[in-house]
Parts: sequence; C-alpha cells; structure tokens
Amino acid sequence: MKDLESIKQQIEAGVAGAQVSLVPNDSPANQPSLLVDAAHGLAVATFLRDEAELRFDYCSNVTGVDWMETEQKTKVKQVFDGEEKEVEQVVKMPGYLEAVYHLYSMELRHGPLVIRLRTKNRTDEVELPSLTPVWRSCEFQEREIYDLYGIVFAGHPDLRRILMWDEFKDHPMRKDYVEPDDYEYEPTPHDEVLAKSKAHYPAEVKP
Amino acid sequence: MSTEALAEPPKNYEVRPKSSGQFEDDMGELLEVSMGPHHPSTHGVFRMDVVLDGERVVKLKPVFGYLHRNHEKIGEGASYLASMPYTDRLDYFCSMTNNWAYALSVEKLAGLQVPERAEYIRVITAELTRLVNHTCLMGFLVQDMGALGTPLMYAFREREKILDLFESLSGARMMCNYMRFGGCRCDLPTGWLEQAQKVVDEYPRFLDEYERLLMGNEILMARSQNVGVLPKELAVSAGITGPMLRASGVNYDIRKVDKYGIYDRFTFRVPLGDHGDVYDRLMVRLLEMRESLGILQQALKSIPDGPVVDPRAKLRGFKPKAGEAYGRIEAPKGELGFYLISDGSPNPYRYRVRPPSFVNLTVLEDMCLGHTVADVVIILGSVDIVLGEVDR
Amino acid sequence: MDEGLRNELSKQGVFTTTLSDIYNWGRRSSVWPLQFGLACCAIEMIAASMARYDLARFGAEVFRPSPRQADLMIVAGTVTKKMAPQVVRLYNQMPEPKYVIAMGACAISGGPFKQGYNVLKGIDRFIPVDVHIPGCPPRPEALLHAFMTLQRKIDAQEMSGKARPRHLDPDAPSEFPVPQFGEHDLVPSKNDKVWEPAVVVRNG
Repeated sequence: MKDLESIKQQIEAGVAGAQVSLVPNDSPANQPSLLVDAAHGLAVATFLRDEAELRFDYCSNVTGVDWMETEQKTKVKQVFDGEEKEVEQVVKMPGYLEAVYHLYSMELRHGPLVIRLRTKNRTDEVELPSLTPVWRSCEFQEREIYDLYGIVFAGHPDLRRILMWDEFKDHPMRKDYVEPDDYEYEPTPHDEVLAKSKAHYPAEVKP
Repeated sequence: MSTEALAEPPKNYEVRPKSSGQFEDDMGELLEVSMGPHHPSTHGVFRMDVVLDGERVVKLKPVFGYLHRNHEKIGEGASYLASMPYTDRLDYFCSMTNNWAYALSVEKLAGLQVPERAEYIRVITAELTRLVNHTCLMGFLVQDMGALGTPLMYAFREREKILDLFESLSGARMMCNYMRFGGCRCDLPTGWLEQAQKVVDEYPRFLDEYERLLMGNEILMARSQNVGVLPKELAVSAGITGPMLRASGVNYDIRKVDKYGIYDRFTFRVPLGDHGDVYDRLMVRLLEMRESLGILQQALKSIPDGPVVDPRAKLRGFKPKAGEAYGRIEAPKGELGFYLISDGSPNPYRYRVRPPSFVNLTVLEDMCLGHTVADVVIILGSVDIVLGEVDR
Repeated sequence: MDEGLRNELSKQGVFTTTLSDIYNWGRRSSVWPLQFGLACCAIEMIAASMARYDLARFGAEVFRPSPRQADLMIVAGTVTKKMAPQVVRLYNQMPEPKYVIAMGACAISGGPFKQGYNVLKGIDRFIPVDVHIPGCPPRPEALLHAFMTLQRKIDAQEMSGKARPRHLDPDAPSEFPVPQFGEHDLVPSKNDKVWEPAVVVRNG
C-alpha cells in the first residue's frame, strides 16, 4: 500500500474541496489514520473504493468513539498595565463523537487504511454521512453506532436501534452514561462497585 | 478406532438441478411472522421478522440484541488483561481464536514479540478450534435440515476429544483463557503433543465417514444446492469474511493475506466455492478442516522447545503507550478484529470487537428472499452465527 | 408400611408402593426440558444431552421446542434485559408442574457480566428457581447433578399437606407478570413477590 501522505494527496486531487488531515499514531502498531471532513465523507469513500490504484473495496470495521470535553491548561502572556505577565488560561476543548472506518482491499490485498469522521459536538450536531451506499458492510455497524453512541448517519437506509430495544432513550457506550441503579448486594465490594454499593445503601443500618 | 484412513470418498457430487429458485408471482395476503428469539433452530436468541407470501419470504429483517451483554463497555472499564477471559465468551465455540485475536491486537499496540514455541502452540490450538467449530456447525446445520440426532452426535463425539485436549492444557473445556500478551499462559503439559497427534491422526477417518454420510446424500443436496446464493460482488461489498466469502469464490484468507503469526511457514490451500450456495458453504468448511489437519501435522512435527511467553511482557501494571491498533485474525467464522485505543492508562479508552458473524448477517435478507421458510432456517445455519459474538 | 415386610414381599415378587411414591416416580423420571438456549451454557447443555454424558439416563433427553409440552426450563446463559420478558413469557406458557434450573453464573446473578447495563442480575428476580448451578459454564456433569437434585426435590414432595408441590396448591401462582421495556430499564426492574434484595448491615 502507498504511504498515507500520498493517499492524502491523491484524495485531495481526486475529490474537489475535500479536507483531509493526517492523524498520527504513536503506538508501535504504526497505523496512522486520515481525518476526512464530514461534508465530503461520501465522496472520499467512493473515491477510495473506485480509484484503480487504491481499490478499497472492503470496509472491515466501523466503530464509534466518544471523546469527552477536555480542559487544556496553557500559559499565555498577557499585558497588564504595561507589564507583561504569564497567566494560566484554561481552554475548553469541545468534545465530539467519531466514526472510524477500517478499509482493506480484497482485490489488491492491502490495508488497513483508517479514515475517521468527526461530529461537531456531542449533543445536538451529531450528524455524519452514512457510508452504507458505498460499502454494504457498514449497514449494521452504523446502526450499532447510532444505537450506542447516538451518531445520526444521514442517508442510512434503515437507521433504527439495533442492540437495545426501541423504547430505550440513552446511548450507553458514551463515557458519561449513567446506568439504572439496580445494584445487588455483593459481599466484598471494592473500587467502583463499592461506590455503587454506598450509593445504593446510603443509610447505615445497625444490626 | 483404527488410525487408518478409509477409502477415498467419492468426489463427484455434482447433481445440481438448475431450478431458478423463482416462484410464480401471485402475491396473496401477506403474513408477518416473528421467528425467534426462542426458536429451536435459530442458533441462540436471534430473531427474524419475516413477511411471508404463502411459504415464500418477501421481506426479512433480523433483530439483534437479545444477548447484548455489554462486552465493550465492560472492556473499557477493566484492565487490558481482565478482558482476556471475556473474549472467551464472545464466540463460545472458539475461545482460543478469540484469545489470539485479542492478544495479537494488544501485542501490536504495545509492540510485544511472541516466542517461537508460543507461536506454534497458538497455531495448533487455533486450528484445533477451527476443527471444533466447523464440525459442530455441520452437525447443527444438518440438524436444521431435519437429520435429528445422529450427525450432531457424531460431531459432538469428536468435539469432546478436542475439548479434552483443551482441558488438559488450560483447565477449562470451553472457556480456555489460555493466551497472554506476548505468548501463552503456561507451557504444554507432558505428553500433550502425543495426545494431540493421536487426535489429529484419527480425525481424517471421522471426516471421511462424515463426508460419505452427508455430502452425497440426496436430501441434503436437494435442500442445500441453489439455496441462499450469495454473489461474489455483494459478498465483497457487504464485508463477508471467512468460509462464507470463500464459498462465493473470493480468494481471501487472512492467514494468507496478513501472514500473521507463523502461517507463512506452513503449506496449505484455500478452498473456494463456485456457486456460493448453502452446499458450497458446507463443502468449503469440510475442505478447510482437511487443510487444518495438514497445518496441524506440520506444526506438531516442527514445534521447537523454548519459552512460551515474552519475558518483557508484564502482566501487572500493563500500560501501553497512547495510540491505537487494529489487529485481526482469520477466526473460524471470518475476520475477527479488535480495535483498541489506549490513552496511556491501565484501561483501554476504546475497546471494540469486530465480530465476523454480525457483519456476515448483513446479507441474510438478500439470500433469503424468494425462498421458503424452511430454507431460511438452513441459510441462517450456513452463515454460522454465534450470538455471543453477534450481540456481544 | 414396615420396611422389613416390604423387602420380604419384594423378594416374593410383590411390589408395594404408595400413590405418592408412584406419582413422584412418574414425574421425576420424565422431566422434559424446554429446548431453549441463551448463551454459552446452552452448548454445555447440548453436550450433556449427547452421547458422552447422556442425559437420557435421567429420562430428560426429550427437548421440547414448545413450552406447552415442557416441564423444565433450563435457563442456560446470560439473561439480558431485552430477553427477560420473553423468558418470563415462556415460563408462563409452560403448564404445571414446572421447574426451573438456573444454569451458570449469569443466570444466577449476572455472573461476569453483572456490571453490564443490559444484563439482568439473575433470573430469580422474575421467576422462582428450583436449582442453581454455579460455574461459567458449568460442566455437563454439573448439569447432571442438578437433574439429580431436582429429582430428589420432586421425590420429597407429597400429594397433600405442607410438602405438596405448587401445582397442587390452588392459591400458588403459576404465572408471573411480564416486565415491560422502559426508557432506561425494565419496568418493573424486579418482581417484588418473587425476589427481595439483600438487606445490608454496615457498620461505619
């Protein structure tokens, strides 16, 4: 497979207006990925599938990732009364949901190419283009992401909950999901279970 | 039982009556049937909402989630090692290959090497697992066709022999929890290789018997040929993997493509089907078992001595560097992958299982349309699903 | 009846019994399970019915696909919240006398998946369980042991009085309410008449 930088250039040349950036990966696995802007997601996917040199005809894995809001502390120089001071500033990085696609080529036998699509935030603007028209294998996996993470895939032929029941309201794979309190007594609770136990049995009962 | 193989079984099973599989088009009153989640032939708690025109399927929507037991959420709350026993319970026929896929992904994430002997043990256990899976699948599938009892009993008789090997190796029959990051949990017990050799030597005799019993059977051929045809292009687009893909004639075996582990050292062939129907899927699995036996013979003869775990791999306080990795292997049901994102803490930030049988169900409706209800059952059986993996 | 007299008679070829004994003997020797697998344990349940372990020795090899024909429900595997209403419904559809074996850690308490948001923490929250088998999964021998335990339990029952089985008690319930799917959890999340949460006594 060609290196990611040249694939990126190829995409930018092939799909007008597509913004692709490289997401590095420091682990020894050495699987960096391409971040594609959501507006051109479908066009880029079609390009990757049809381009003769790439031919990523097989989308293996589709998954969602929940990135919470993070706080980054940076030191900024500001001028107070003509005097320069270093002030610590807390910048809130907005959270987002991410859909990650692992692509392989069955014809040319190369891969994986990892592409990522990001939503604008975690609450109201959670729409991404569905890649099911390009790869049928995304159909159930995107439904699963919709169910567990709440990403709405525009253009999906049948976007319903898949694992949880239809009446269910939450998105349980999100990091801030709070599960219903159905804690059951355990003789030796510890860590998170102990916290749950104390929340469930707040009153101290004397024998 | 003698170890001598029976006479070569007959090979020309080509009867294939060329029926088009189409019915006369007279739409009557439609009937909606919910097959499952309690249904004796859906291989677990799987449900299909079927719309029928008489006996013919006009619409089929699979419904999942009846065994959704939050594997991924639990995996994100547990340390890397603590997820290993949970992987056993994904595809509960094949705990060894599940272990391997997870270990492989973590090894990629953390850059661990696997010693030579451990690689051999992994290949041996994985191929034995493939034998278990395919044997049982054939038993279940034939039972779905109406052959109650005998073929499944034969299959489970052979399964017990291999489970005995697993039990002496790991202490558990089904949930082996045997592999570790950078190797295996413990070395082989004394005399294990000889026992395994004996099982492997005797296995072809069972396969010959099974093949002669089933594959030329008139009823089985009539039930399975030209049923549930999956065209090549659809199979690739829908991400079908494993024997089901190869039965449609696509030459894609991850053991050959990725050459993970030490699979490049063994000579084996990849069986391919021509028609992509239920019969081909059955046949591909049968041939695959014979190739697995070939790999096992080679591996059992050439396994070296040495350590079974990378000494640099530490179990306690295991914290890989921040990053991500996707590792995949050719599990008996198809491509089993694990996608891990590490943020440098002892727990994975994201722990994702790419289940082969879940993705393979994508084309269930396409394969079933136009067939009868009785065929739906065997088409589903030929997909080879295990609900622990479909719903996770 | 005097034990010595009974032995003496049986040597002569005359067998004596009580109505209760023969009634229990008939019930315990033909416990037909519902063919119903949920997860991993179902495979061991099938293995137990196969040639090596041979459940047929206990008269229980006839797995019935329909709940209407079954006497015993083996809850073999994890009961998820999505599956729980169906399990209760199946139990309600079974005719009396009916028994339940909770097979494996998941069916007892949620087992290794207890922390999951979709996992029911034990089927005994909704239906009464006769025999629990620990293990993940329990070996087929453990299932055989559970059968023998169940048979002993049936044997100990009498036709009238306090030790009579539930189906001879007109006041005992035979059906239990089926939980509904709610927005966050099952509604209700447990049947208070069947299951009571443990009371915790904590000092400090």
